[in-house]
Amino acid sequence: SDTHVVLATLKRSQSELSSFQRKVFKIDDHMGIAIAGLTGDGRSMSKYMRNECINHRYVYESAMPVGRLVRQLADKSQVCTQRSWKRPYGVGLLVAGVDAAGPHLFNTCPSGNYFEYKAMAIGARSQAAKTYLEKHFESFPAATLDDLIRHSLRALQASLSEGELSAANSSVAVVGAGMAFTLLEDDAVL
Amino acid sequence: MLPRPTTHSKALGPGVAGPELAVATSAVLDRPPQPTAHHPLTGAQPCFVDPAALGDPRQHTKYPYVTGSSVVAIKYKDGVLVGCDMLGAYGSTKRYKSTQRIHQVNSKCVVAAGGEVSDFQHIITLLDELTTDDYRTDDGIELTPQEVYSYLCRVMYNRRNKFDPLWNSLVVGGVQGGVPFLGMVGMIGTHYTDSHVTTGFANQLARPLFRERQHDDMSEEDALALMYDALKVCYYRDKVSINKFQIAKVTKDAGTSISEPFALEMRWDYKLFAQPTKWAVGAW
Repeated sequence: SDTHVVLATLKRSQSELSSFQRKVFKIDDHMGIAIAGLTGDGRSMSKYMRNECINHRYVYESAMPVGRLVRQLADKSQVCTQRSWKRPYGVGLLVAGVDAAGPHLFNTCPSGNYFEYKAMAIGARSQAAKTYLEKHFESFPAATLDDLIRHSLRALQASLSEGELSAANSSVAVVGAGMAFTLLEDDAVL
Repeated sequence: MLPRPTTHSKALGPGVAGPELAVATSAVLDRPPQPTAHHPLTGAQPCFVDPAALGDPRQHTKYPYVTGSSVVAIKYKDGVLVGCDMLGAYGSTKRYKSTQRIHQVNSKCVVAAGGEVSDFQHIITLLDELTTDDYRTDDGIELTPQEVYSYLCRVMYNRRNKFDPLWNSLVVGGVQGGVPFLGMVGMIGTHYTDSHVTTGFANQLARPLFRERQHDDMSEEDALALMYDALKVCYYRDKVSINKFQIAKVTKDAGTSISEPFALEMRWDYKLFAQPTKWAVGAW
């Protein structure tokens, strides 16, 4: 919306017994990411992003602009595609953040491409979620935070081929102009 | 492990990587061999002098040579005013009478400096690099005065830690989010923000005036009158200053502007100036 960004993710688990895979990472008070793909690569990228953000805070005592960090990340990913002894990062990120220019949602690819979006879904079986978002995205700028969260959960539901969206297998993260990046897991989602 | 790339010519000798132009390497793993006392480099590397062998000829800044005097700055209702004279003094000689000691960083921020002029020029280069990066990124985000201030604090403190300070007292002024900002950074990294800020001699001369008469919602005429008085006092009482000033104004609406140089009315026929010791208690 015009003031907030919401990320909703579906967590997969290896088996009935294991815990669910963590897919949302807080990068800084004003920024966070959700990953789709190789979680190991996602963790390494989040470590890089956290480092850059905190260095920026040390020198400038202010939040790092989201677009600039995403561009640095994309440049890093592109290097991996142009060296014969490296492999591309196998993960796409949805970067949600708020800076001086307002709320932003970016999607990065292993190729080093990145785009800013009003609404986006990534990952396996994300097409159904994208269709839902395409139908409703016009109402997002003016939507309240609760509405926005409901939309994102419904979009997530659309991409589930079977099974219910329960508190245990989904997580929602919100960041806004006055609101630090907050991750809601399990019960808080309800 | 990556094989260490070497040139094909064995004539260069063992252990020499040679010019690494065509072979991309990891900068960490494959640094060119550092010179030590017992391994002189062959001709493949540029001549590298071991500083320890010569007793470290690098000099640190010990004294400033061409200096600027004081800077005064106040906040007022619409923004900030920063003023200083235009002298670059060579010791006591009033050598360069048109040095601009205020620099515009972007449409929201100015930086002014007292102290060594060449160090300030270096700081201007650093700030211009940041501004050019912002321009090149072209995402509408400019450095705010507070970010410039934090950046300069870190730079000054870092240089001080290396025992090679930039010999300046900097004043950073601007408007961000509609709110005026004013801060000072000293040559050892000391920094503070306040409603009125002065450096150099003006600390002693102009501060009392500001304490009495400055408040954050002054009108522009009052603020300018106060600045003129402060600059006058600095010229009257500071030996190394000239009657040629510039004032920079940063406002919320109109952005940044640095005035043309101007002179102020001075009176030298005060009796105390003419005969300063006439009424003083003296030996005879």
